[in-house]
Amino acid sequence: MNHVNDAMVEIVDLVKKYKKSTALAVDKVTFAVRRGELFGLLGPNGAGKTTTIGILTTRVHPTSGHAKVAGIDVDRDPVGARRHLGVVPQRNNLDRSLSILQNLLFHAAYHGVPTHERMGRATKLLEQFGLREKGNDRIDMFSGGQAQRAMVARALMHEPDVLFLDEPSTGLDPAARLFVWDRIRELKASGVTIVLTTHDMDEAASLSDRVGIMDHGHLLALDTPSALTRTLPGKSTLEITTSSPGQLSPHRLTQCLGDLGGVERVELLDDLMGSEGDMGEEPSGGKGGHRVRLFLTGSAPPMIAPVASALADLGAALHDVHVGTPSLEDVFINLTGRLLR
Amino acid sequence: MSTSDPEFISPISTDDVEIGPVWVFVAVLRRDIYVTGKELAVFLAQVIIQPLLMLFVFGRILSDLGYTRHGYAHLLFPGIVALTATLTALQSTALPLVIDLSYTKEIEDRLLAPLPVSWVAIEKIIFASMRALVAAAMMFPIGLLILGSIPWSARAVPMLVLVLVLASLVGSALGLTLGTLVPVQRISIAFALVLTPLIFTGCSQYPWPSLSKLPWFQWLTTINPITYSSEGMRGALLPSLPHIASWICIIMLIFSFVLFATIGVKGFLRRAID
Repeated sequence: MNHVNDAMVEIVDLVKKYKKSTALAVDKVTFAVRRGELFGLLGPNGAGKTTTIGILTTRVHPTSGHAKVAGIDVDRDPVGARRHLGVVPQRNNLDRSLSILQNLLFHAAYHGVPTHERMGRATKLLEQFGLREKGNDRIDMFSGGQAQRAMVARALMHEPDVLFLDEPSTGLDPAARLFVWDRIRELKASGVTIVLTTHDMDEAASLSDRVGIMDHGHLLALDTPSALTRTLPGKSTLEITTSSPGQLSPHRLTQCLGDLGGVERVELLDDLMGSEGDMGEEPSGGKGGHRVRLFLTGSAPPMIAPVASALADLGAALHDVHVGTPSLEDVFINLTGRLLR
Repeated sequence: MSTSDPEFISPISTDDVEIGPVWVFVAVLRRDIYVTGKELAVFLAQVIIQPLLMLFVFGRILSDLGYTRHGYAHLLFPGIVALTATLTALQSTALPLVIDLSYTKEIEDRLLAPLPVSWVAIEKIIFASMRALVAAAMMFPIGLLILGSIPWSARAVPMLVLVLVLASLVGSALGLTLGTLVPVQRISIAFALVLTPLIFTGCSQYPWPSLSKLPWFQWLTTINPITYSSEGMRGALLPSLPHIASWICIIMLIFSFVLFATIGVKGFLRRAID
């Protein structure tokens, strides 16, 4: 076993099987998070991210394997581990019988923060999280974003060494999300080790030092966001939607496009569209069209013309074009064959 | 910190003073007391209305109308105090826990505090018992007010306190058991099936020895722990009246508490940790 010297979180061959389930929620997952690192666990709902966080935060018993936070085995010494970790859950679990300020103060009391320090810390955190005016408000009046910020502030009251954020921006509007992201970046800058789960690739890519991609309980890949996208073939991507009056076989389409110079790999996204449901636009598949992503060796715009003419040769037309660079989502699709959401 | 591996660098906050779980427990208890204190009037209304009406209807109205014999009110009073203690305790753990563990999840912040999870369950028992004792104590002035006089002797106090403390603990443990074992979608039916029979088979409204004419019912009442609180209270306040021997009451109450506290704490752990 390869110990990471400065690991603040370390899990080794972690397995969790829930009684009522036949499948493993977490299946032999191993990773370590360095001190001061911001580690993102990326995966769709049901991938095992929340269970992994649950084990690390002493709320779920592992079936086998080891998990340590700040050097403490969370299953053998959960009380000791809780002194060093802070948790921001997915759902609002603020104490509704108390005001926000009292939530913070009682949390500090539960964690043995000396009485004379509590108010100072709470005032500072409320200020930092834009809740200064809200200290005495009732929780029921809070928006999703305010509750999320309040929960982060609460988790920081006992100055944890490791902060766990479970889907920190799910359900937040874009402005609230950016605000939370900025606060997370500040925390990282202040030296807090952060583990966050997300099914949002933008969030994972823009915040994390390293990302672990999970699906069906397995850790499929683990690296920096840029290293992960580098594993993909090609420098850029071209996503096209075709429309064709007649029946064009997807096989023929992908083969034909794959033969073009500069195309490294072709991925058919038709099925993915079906699973995604509401695309806002009429899915092309229904009209005999297809959606395809091309991974290119060079830049994308010069490829549009050759692609269009290749399609014309097949009796199809270019309906929509989207130029991009490989993203974590592409990494996920590449690993699992499915869209992230 | 004895479980730390030497490979790991010691955590940042080791220089912080680590407080023991007892202090964390006190902080958690303080939270519940604070919240109840904020809503003291609501709490008192919640726990006093039912026993107050029972005393009024059974002890006063029925007696004034001549449906009950002279002295019945004095016989009823110790039973109602015992019932109040047990039911208040039960209601202070069961329903709040169901709501907390299933919907609001407010308790999670305390489950993540540095104390054993079972202590959070024990805190619930202690706190619910405190509420129950306050409610039971309130019954004395209320009884005096409604009934005009209540059975009382200073010599009864130690036994009375012991029985009420045990009755409260049993009620809290029973509530913990209900609140953690019953699936949330069945809680209303469970309450209907458990609460009402508990109220009427606990010998609060009649002394146990007088049931000898109805042996099957007398037998049935022995499985209700409230029977032993009611009889224990009668033994303390009306020693001359035939009652179940006090030592039997105490033993049965302790037995019930240990039984339900064990089941309840286990149920709580099952709900709190996956």
